[in-house]
Amino acid sequence: MAVLDILTYPDERLRHASTPVQRFDAALQARIDDLEETRRAGPGAVGIAAPQVGWFERVVIVNVSGRKKTRSHGHLILVNPEITEWDGFAMGREGCLSVPDYTGNVVRAERIELRAQDRDGNGLAFDMDGFEARAVQHELDHLDGLLFLDRLVSRRQDLFRRKVYK
Amino acid sequence: MSDWYMLTLIGQDRPGIVAAVTKALFESGCNLGETSMLRLGNNFTIMMMVKSAAGPDALCAVLQPVVDALELILHIDVIAAELHQRPVPDVRILVHGADRAGIVAQVTGQAAAAGLNILDLESDVGGTESQPIYILQIEGVAAQGLDAIEQALAPLRAQGVKVDVLPIDTLIG
Repeated sequence: MAVLDILTYPDERLRHASTPVQRFDAALQARIDDLEETRRAGPGAVGIAAPQVGWFERVVIVNVSGRKKTRSHGHLILVNPEITEWDGFAMGREGCLSVPDYTGNVVRAERIELRAQDRDGNGLAFDMDGFEARAVQHELDHLDGLLFLDRLVSRRQDLFRRKVYK
Repeated sequence: MSDWYMLTLIGQDRPGIVAAVTKALFESGCNLGETSMLRLGNNFTIMMMVKSAAGPDALCAVLQPVVDALELILHIDVIAAELHQRPVPDVRILVHGADRAGIVAQVTGQAAAAGLNILDLESDVGGTESQPIYILQIEGVAAQGLDAIEQALAPLRAQGVKVDVLPIDTLIG
């Protein structure tokens, strides 16, 4: 396993759209392990997307389970993920391993339905909301060459909503 | 000595002020750092970090034609510039209620005593002239935690002021 270099903006490669994973082979497993090790090496990152290390296939890792009062599906390795439903919106503050020293407000869907494959190609389906849903949307943007910078909203717009924990 | 200056420009708002000011700065070899332009009560206001090797007098001379043409007031200070050292806020305080004197002083005074360092504050007067309302939004770092701020501000609610203390959970991904 290895900690890989993170591409940082304005590296144009962060603008590349990634292609679906076709082969669930040993090489894929090794790359996923490297991606996870790189995420862990970063400063408190709850997610990472393959393109951030120059790997342009549709793989992301999300794990918000270490946060207090945060609903979570645990440690997620999502291959070929796809959001199939969006519901509601919420503003939140985001930063990115690929954009050092800047955080900004971004509007995301409050709740999403997500389909993906696991690292062995088995189907996964999730219904998630809040911080975890935000993290997934942030990471999936990377697969389409988008950064949170593309979605910044003015700090002078009051779109914050109080979170309601059911 | 630092090459960085804080420029403050105010005047009556009209289209093209930022363009004229930044053009003059650019053409004289200056670099911009962080800037913030706001309209406050129909007044144009901007504060800009400007890097210039030429010194404050030269900077003033560069801007004088624009200042004269657009009837602005210019103020220049030498500053220490600390770019790339941005603190991340962890609390947002939203306050609103019927406008009256002292809301900002009360809120910020209580919150400061409870460990709040304000990074960003903006306030507006809305509503109607006969029934003005005051809206205050603050982002900051809660050195003693959100609960301390919540407790410090709770008494204001008894005075009819709506106060929300909300966490800002910054996602790094």
